[in-house]
Amino acid sequence: MLLLFLSCSERPRNHLTFWALGREGEVVAQMIPEFERRTGIDVEVQQLPWTAAHEKLLTAYVGESVPDVAQVGNTWIPEFEAINAVDDLTARVASSKSVDRSDYFDGIWATNEIGGRTYGIPWYVDTRVLFYRTDLLAAAGFPNAPRTWSEWRTAMARLRQRGHYGILLPTDEWPQPVILALQSGSVLVNENGEAAFRDPRFHEGFDFYVSLFRDDYAPVFSRTQVANRYLQFAQGEFAMMITGPWEVAEFRTRIPADKQNVWTTAPLPARDGTPWPGVSLAGGSSLVIFRQSERKDAAWKLIEYLSEPAQQIRFFELMRNLPARKSAWNAPVLRDDPHLRAFRIQLDRTVPTPKIPEWERLATMIAEYGERAIRTRATTKQVAAALDANANQILAKRRWMLARKAEAPLQEERREEP
Amino acid sequence: MREGLRNEARAAALFLAPALAVIFLLFLLPAVASLFLSVTDFDIYALADYRNVRFVGLRNYQQLLGDAVFWKAMRNTLYFAFAGGPLTVFAALGSAMLVNAKLTRWKSLFRTIYFAPVVTSLVAVSIVFRYFFHVRVGLLNQFMELIGLAPVDWLGEPKWAMPSIILLAVWKNFGYSMIIFVAGLQSIPEEMYEAARIDGAGPVQQFRHVTIPMLAPTFLFVGIVTAVGYLQLFAEPYVMTPDGGPLKSTLSVVMMMYEQGFRWWSLGFAAAIAFILFIVIGIATVIQFRLQTSRERASAVAARTATMVGGEE
Repeated sequence: MLLLFLSCSERPRNHLTFWALGREGEVVAQMIPEFERRTGIDVEVQQLPWTAAHEKLLTAYVGESVPDVAQVGNTWIPEFEAINAVDDLTARVASSKSVDRSDYFDGIWATNEIGGRTYGIPWYVDTRVLFYRTDLLAAAGFPNAPRTWSEWRTAMARLRQRGHYGILLPTDEWPQPVILALQSGSVLVNENGEAAFRDPRFHEGFDFYVSLFRDDYAPVFSRTQVANRYLQFAQGEFAMMITGPWEVAEFRTRIPADKQNVWTTAPLPARDGTPWPGVSLAGGSSLVIFRQSERKDAAWKLIEYLSEPAQQIRFFELMRNLPARKSAWNAPVLRDDPHLRAFRIQLDRTVPTPKIPEWERLATMIAEYGERAIRTRATTKQVAAALDANANQILAKRRWMLARKAEAPLQEERREEP
Repeated sequence: MREGLRNEARAAALFLAPALAVIFLLFLLPAVASLFLSVTDFDIYALADYRNVRFVGLRNYQQLLGDAVFWKAMRNTLYFAFAGGPLTVFAALGSAMLVNAKLTRWKSLFRTIYFAPVVTSLVAVSIVFRYFFHVRVGLLNQFMELIGLAPVDWLGEPKWAMPSIILLAVWKNFGYSMIIFVAGLQSIPEEMYEAARIDGAGPVQQFRHVTIPMLAPTFLFVGIVTAVGYLQLFAEPYVMTPDGGPLKSTLSVVMMMYEQGFRWWSLGFAAAIAFILFIVIGIATVIQFRLQTSRERASAVAARTATMVGGEE
């Protein structure tokens, strides 16, 4: 670490360090030579494993050995903003010829904005859609995927009668209950930093989620209890799943050849009375510049380069991550892909989860309490109330900080001046 | 004379200094720092600005003691220690007796085999065990089927998840204590068994009246090491059931501390957990020490009479 730090401080002005996560780091290295040729800026790509990345970035920040540019999960941005680790990019975006705000998906872009300022540029995106067995749904009277909750429920009931589970919802995953709550209009956490899990709008989605287990439409399986989701899906144990773009490639390779033409993807059904498709999560990775960087102009050039539609398409071809720019989706390789069409539609209907550092923890809690509701006899109202109380305890610090900020805005400003 | 003493003291201080410095730097200082941390609400916001740290007195402790998850973690940990600890010690003693028996051939081979799990990477072991415990393809359930029992979802069902972890931990750890027991067994003089045999003691009596009392110090050591280790349960459930298992049934106190501290950055709260665990381990060690020393005293008396009786003959 010390060596790294020393080597960082001795770097020349046109030498950037770029931390990328997982296989992205490997793949992006292939795109760097062209950037170096064009700009004369050297880029050193360092690869972090996904599992350790979040912790590593935080410790790097505390130890003052951050990179110039980093890839971050877009849900981490509120946390990095809260600790003043990432640079405000609002002015750079406004004057950029390459990064065009209108060419990005609204829900995804919003994940990078805090208090009206932009802290990250979406690099690639993901969202969750419905993966389903066309043959089983058709046999249950649904030649197309269900579009509303009531259609969805009917389809699952009929599938259950025919000996299949309607849907696989791993009990320890938070995205599924959170998506359903967002679809029923929940804000999850309100702007005063209070949990909103007693709110009827949360309750409706949460109750719908839990009812799918209580009605036996979904098996009570946690992630580790699912031996091979691809095989079980191919064997018809369950007919639907809600998952993300990374599964497309997995489905194509892992599902036996004779079942390849009986699965596809669809945008999510919507709560009855709300526009189709129902909203989904605004996931993905963004590129950020660290505040401590001494090479911010060069770092911005790298972000602009990676954001060019041509590079976005190339990145997609190299590792199948969905481009963040709408114009990149006009490329035939994306436009004509039958499994990606649903993602393109869904990307116009995404909403960010609460943009607070505590979110990841609350998300984990939602899954825990969901599991409690599924595995015990407590009513969803009771469970939601307990979740609300626990979440509010965690949010207490945030509320204190908000209150302090409201009380002493002048003082804060004066302190920041020098 | 006095001069000599002073020199000696100075020399002693000089020789002790490096060790004391290490203890001070790596144990005392962090311990005091974390005690201090445990009365603050140090969290992610504190990284941004130290003004965001508040002194909260005993609130972390209060909150912790009122937290159902903490008690669940504590119960899980005690369950693991009280069920897994004795099992490990008995498995270790049993296997030590076996590999140390006169009739056993290839002793060192067996010793190596039983010791192998201790030095095997836990992550590799966990992959094998996950298959072993698997609902459908697992060896354990195939065996259950063979003897006519219904399959059990070992790692998925709240009531079976911890027993599964215990099974893994016992298998993984008993070899270490076994080696210590073997050493203990080998230090028992053969004459004592001989004397007992002449007195007409059978194998069971020999075990009760010679082996057990003579192993008392070994028991104490193994007992404390196992208890301290098991109360700090972390790696086994962390690799087998990463999020604490079904309904948090395998969440241990250390896992909770890790999660609070390094996943959520509630370092103040995590420090409070660490301190409570420290106290629990301290109490457990003292109890064990008390128990063993009183028994040891009794058995020492018994052993002395036994040798005296033996000597007279």
